[in-house]
Amino acid sequence: MLGFFLLISLPLVILTGLLDYIAYGPQFHQAIPGQVGFLHLPFFNWPTRPAWLFQFTEGLHVILGLVLVPVVLAKLWSVMPKLFSWPPIRSVANLLERLSLIMIVGGIVFEIVTGLLNIQYDYIFGFNFYTAHYFGAWVFIVGFVVHVILKLPTMAQSLRSRSLRAELRTPLDKTRPESPDPDGLVASSPSSPTISRRGALALVGGGSLMVAVLSVGQSLGGVARSAALLLPRGRSYGNGPNDFQINRTAVSAKIDPAATGPKWQLTLAGGPAPLQLTRSMLLAMDQHSADLPIACVEGWATTQNWSGVRLRDLAKLAGVAVPNSAYVTSLEPKGVFSQAHLQSNQVLDPDSMLALRVNGADLSLDHGYPARIIVPALPGVHCTKWVRSIGFEA
Amino acid sequence: MRKFTAGLRHLYGANPLHLLTLLAGFALAGYVVSVLGLSQLWDSKVWWHSILVWFIGAIVLHDLVLFPLYAVADRSLVAGWRAITGRLPDKAPRVSPINYIRIPVLATGLLFVMFFPGIIEQGKRTYHGSTGLTQGPFLDRWLLIAAALFGLSAIAYTVRSLLVGHEQNGDRQSS
Repeated sequence: MLGFFLLISLPLVILTGLLDYIAYGPQFHQAIPGQVGFLHLPFFNWPTRPAWLFQFTEGLHVILGLVLVPVVLAKLWSVMPKLFSWPPIRSVANLLERLSLIMIVGGIVFEIVTGLLNIQYDYIFGFNFYTAHYFGAWVFIVGFVVHVILKLPTMAQSLRSRSLRAELRTPLDKTRPESPDPDGLVASSPSSPTISRRGALALVGGGSLMVAVLSVGQSLGGVARSAALLLPRGRSYGNGPNDFQINRTAVSAKIDPAATGPKWQLTLAGGPAPLQLTRSMLLAMDQHSADLPIACVEGWATTQNWSGVRLRDLAKLAGVAVPNSAYVTSLEPKGVFSQAHLQSNQVLDPDSMLALRVNGADLSLDHGYPARIIVPALPGVHCTKWVRSIGFEA
Repeated sequence: MRKFTAGLRHLYGANPLHLLTLLAGFALAGYVVSVLGLSQLWDSKVWWHSILVWFIGAIVLHDLVLFPLYAVADRSLVAGWRAITGRLPDKAPRVSPINYIRIPVLATGLLFVMFFPGIIEQGKRTYHGSTGLTQGPFLDRWLLIAAALFGLSAIAYTVRSLLVGHEQNGDRQSS
């Protein structure tokens, strides 16, 4: 039963995880890890529509991953007697199969542990999260596929052996032990039950429901956010126009406040000659405004009303009306996310902009003042803050 | 041919497809590690910053620490309860409290295991650099959730005991 549920839901977590690798733009070598051999989905240009695409895929990946923790723990609990079975090895087949379980058990627990630490900014493990989580996932995928192939008949058999409907009507005092199975997983002399089968299922389901209620708010945002009581992104910053989730403060990005003052100029490159624009020149251009979510790889999102200059207007101004790509740099002195490449469709989308204001006020320094990139469905870390230059590549 | 597969089955312990599936799996896992680079698995400066240590550690942590801990705790709870009811059958409550203790303990334990970095304020600096906030509220929030869960369980247990008591009194009067 638990196995069946995981068989349906884990592929969703795997698929959304692999999709998010594509969202980072591997064609620009900016997806992490860089070298993955054949271990990726076919590359394609990440779309800008629907605007909530990345919020959805990454939210699903993280929230479903969290919700499945109780199910995975229950599944491991249910097969635990096998770990201590005696004799430990019955045949070569048995030995190889047990070895293959290292991939699936180690893989799932490793993915859960690294994922949970990452979304809570706890980098105690020391290695690169992206690399470890990505390759750990592939080890898990291999183990998962092998396990499904080998165990599908067992699962079908055990699903057939009991009717879910009958089980849901069986209270504790009518709960009888399982009859012995060929795999020797059933206890040979079970103690009298303390919980019915429906009770055990309800316990696992209740655990998942509790985790869902306590985490889905960080992806949905709005009123639901306050329900994410134990997660970093369930917090409120206040009610002002700039009071929404900050990812990397200006201080931690080592932004020099002087560089963002009146002296700041945006450089537009790629055309016949580079252009320098001050903030007031940008504000004098056609201003576009749109409600767009900004979503993070850690599975949280927030929708705000952004306004600024359309990227396609800037491209035209620079002299590259239909660019193949754009290269954005930040005032941030160093760091993986001090720069980002944008695809053609991400530059040309009518809602893609160099945002100057949010919710009717100037951006705050922590949100990228003097200007930041906002592109629909683009991972938040590539919506570069404190923009220094944009190079349009024909 | 059939004789051969039967022989293999006897020698190996399962059908040939079983063997082929597993070998393909191991080869693929080998490819994954090879693309990552064998040297990436090990951090020669700080051994416990190694991916390999965390991967194997994840299994050890679950199978040999977490599982034995909760299994022993649960066994003790059930055995303790049975010892009490065995000795004083007349005074034993009509409703077993086991699940009313087990469920809130499991729930608060699960929340701690999942969200402990915030609760014990681990990763303070990165957290502050990323969000501009502190992890201050999380311990209090977790304690309040625990209080709510145990409180709800106490209420549920009371209601259940009253209902069962009422039913049994009803039975006695009618007989």
